[in-house]
Amino acid sequence: MSDTIIALLRARLPEHCVLHQEEDLRPYECDALSAYRQLPLAVVIPETLEQVRAILALCSEHRVPVVARGAGTGLSGGATPLGNGILLSMARFNRILSIDTDNRSARVQPGVTNLSISTAAEPYGLYYAPDPSSQLACSIGGNVAENAGGVHCLKYGLTTHNILALEIITIDGERLDIGGAALDSPGYDLLALMTGSEGLLGVITEVTVKLLPRPQTAQVVLAAFDSVEAAAAAVTATIASGIVPAGLELLDNPAIRAVQRFIDTGYPVDAGAILLCELDGEQEDVAAQIERVNQVFRDAGCSSLAVSRNEAERQRFWAGRKAAFPAMGRLSPDYYCMDGTIPRKHLAEVLNGIGRLSQEYGLPICNVFHAGDGNLHPLILYDANRPGELERTEELGGRILELCVGVGGTITGEHGVGMEKINQMCVQFNTAELQQFHAVKTAFDPHGLLNPGKAIPTLQRCAEFGAMHVHHGHLPHPELERF
Amino acid sequence: MSDTQTIREQVSAAAAGHTALAIEGGGSKRFLGRGVAGQPLPVGAHRGIIDYTPSELVISARAGTPLAELEATLAAEGQMLAFEPPHFGAAATLGGTIACGLSGPRRPYAGAARDFVLGVNCINGQGDYLRFGGQVMKNVAGYDLSRTLTGSFGTLAVLLDVHLKVLPRPEREITLLQPCTVAEAITRCNHWAGQPLPLSGACHFDHQLLIRLSGTARGVAAAARTVGGEQLDDSTRFWHHLREHRLPYFNTTLPLWRLSVPPASAPLALDAACLLDWGGAQRWLATDLPADQVRNAAQTAGGHATLWRGGDRSGELFQPLPPALLALHRRLKQTFDPAGILNPGRLYAAL
Repeated sequence: MSDTIIALLRARLPEHCVLHQEEDLRPYECDALSAYRQLPLAVVIPETLEQVRAILALCSEHRVPVVARGAGTGLSGGATPLGNGILLSMARFNRILSIDTDNRSARVQPGVTNLSISTAAEPYGLYYAPDPSSQLACSIGGNVAENAGGVHCLKYGLTTHNILALEIITIDGERLDIGGAALDSPGYDLLALMTGSEGLLGVITEVTVKLLPRPQTAQVVLAAFDSVEAAAAAVTATIASGIVPAGLELLDNPAIRAVQRFIDTGYPVDAGAILLCELDGEQEDVAAQIERVNQVFRDAGCSSLAVSRNEAERQRFWAGRKAAFPAMGRLSPDYYCMDGTIPRKHLAEVLNGIGRLSQEYGLPICNVFHAGDGNLHPLILYDANRPGELERTEELGGRILELCVGVGGTITGEHGVGMEKINQMCVQFNTAELQQFHAVKTAFDPHGLLNPGKAIPTLQRCAEFGAMHVHHGHLPHPELERF
Repeated sequence: MSDTQTIREQVSAAAAGHTALAIEGGGSKRFLGRGVAGQPLPVGAHRGIIDYTPSELVISARAGTPLAELEATLAAEGQMLAFEPPHFGAAATLGGTIACGLSGPRRPYAGAARDFVLGVNCINGQGDYLRFGGQVMKNVAGYDLSRTLTGSFGTLAVLLDVHLKVLPRPEREITLLQPCTVAEAITRCNHWAGQPLPLSGACHFDHQLLIRLSGTARGVAAAARTVGGEQLDDSTRFWHHLREHRLPYFNTTLPLWRLSVPPASAPLALDAACLLDWGGAQRWLATDLPADQVRNAAQTAGGHATLWRGGDRSGELFQPLPPALLALHRRLKQTFDPAGILNPGRLYAAL
């Protein structure tokens, strides 16, 4: 079988578009969730729409699974190859096709990086708002597949709020236009359905994104608090005061210390937590909002407060936040980044719970996250070379996600389910809901060939996971139907 | 028995008997879409706010909750539904608003109904109770079916509860008036929309462009100096009348079309005057021109047209879908509602 599909692909595509020697496949064996590695049968790197259609039609005809890959920066294993499947790299679809300044949109190919869209739009005073931390490298196609977020979601939304149209190729090789150049389109909102579908429904070959006017100015307030609880209360007070900041980030003390060891941020290392609150817009609007935020933070008992006075200072305030992940890399051989999202009112409670779990498992955890929208990113520090430590880390991660679901939250805010959180999907959704998801997939992909085994767990898998969990006694919502 | 249980059993029984159901909230949007010949499934009694903590910027309510009640609750806390949904009558419910996916004048600047839907609890055509999304701002677990259900006109599932993101009401809101042609209006609106200005509405009719600005008092004052124009006395009243189609333009016996086009599209080559909303992206057209002519004009501009009120309502009212896309719609409908009992034909004859 594997020889057949490789031969068929080689017959249909130029030689340099089909990789099948082991050394050529190796760079594609994982995405940014490198704990999961697998060599595919072959990697295909099409250059034209017709080639994508031909590849998918071939795979459909011969029932060969296909995993689409953008830049491979995903954190949940969405682009982990399948051993019996083809990895479809969209890397050569890397052109910005057009920028429509009048309608404030851009047509781009899926392999274009997130940041390069904003760079191309800059001469027109426009930009693409979603800014995942990997924006320098991550591709817009991957952003759509994962419904990527970023630091500025609270005000500007996720990918789903910032795209207008998609061109997709179905598993049968059929081209479909989803959405359009207007603000809405007739029929079901397939644009919403495709966004965040993790490559299970179709292959994205073109994206039309919305562009926004660049804010006239942006300023950051950096405030320190004695405890995480106090900082969390300040987050609530800010939102309650009627302000929607462009970004509102929290670093706890372990994170502050880790970052400070990496670069000199000027963050107060003794603070229980710091908040970075960015306001953007027109000069006058920002000035008025900064005054209000300062007052809210003082009333919430901040121990120190600084407002960026110019762009250089704003960048310096952000530098520590942006260096948080590399700083963890310096501190620990490995780290594992979680992505649960919770109703903000439970922030202090969940952070305390995470602290207790950290002690129980003897694994340090730093918290650096999007406090404004309740999207937690606990970073578990571990050493994969120590026997059993990765497994314990994954178990701890799973416990954290269940804690999030237990307070009405979700297992993933922006990284996607992929392979990583597939078991926790069984905690968040019941049988009927999972069956509905599977049915939706069959409407697009009747033979289950697009990224099978990712994102939506089989009922069999959940039955096994459920049994294991009841045994440990950690299952939340025992009153709910299980299988 | 709870409302949920009652509705579930009604849907299950209808599915077993292949009985079409016509889902009914307050009935305020019955004029929208095609008529449904089916047994009424009243859901208006399933009402009330479930959860609302203003600092969370989230409200959860049952689908039968009157929209007016929901908005009054938010207003008391200085918050609002930023998609500014039209009511089209005092009986309007939250469920009907989301099922129809309706958004008002603030839509191009703040987002559409679907942008504020965080989650729904619903019953599909097999009587399964399903929860998608939730009460959090960011949630990528599973397909985004709560947004997919928004605007599906009850053809996929019966909405029971809806979780919505809400926003603070702006501190200050003003409207500026400028006399100009429709072509000038389109140019101006889109020029400003490309600038960092706190726009929240842009409408043109009767040779007048009306621009709404929202934000802090200082921010709005600064933006007003940039935009210019005479300040309208009763700003709130005007946008309310526009949203509810109570402006004289809508007082017509002609068929009323809604055209959704790229905002900067030039005035459409149709022999009738449009009322422009959404900064040019939504154009209302009272005309008895043939449907094909109106649809072609919208499609040529890159958009689509809906026969909103009046006219021949026996055919398709929404822009017909290309065959492959319609086939996908039908397959999707079947996954939710295999017996085809939920609002059959309301959106398209084939769904």
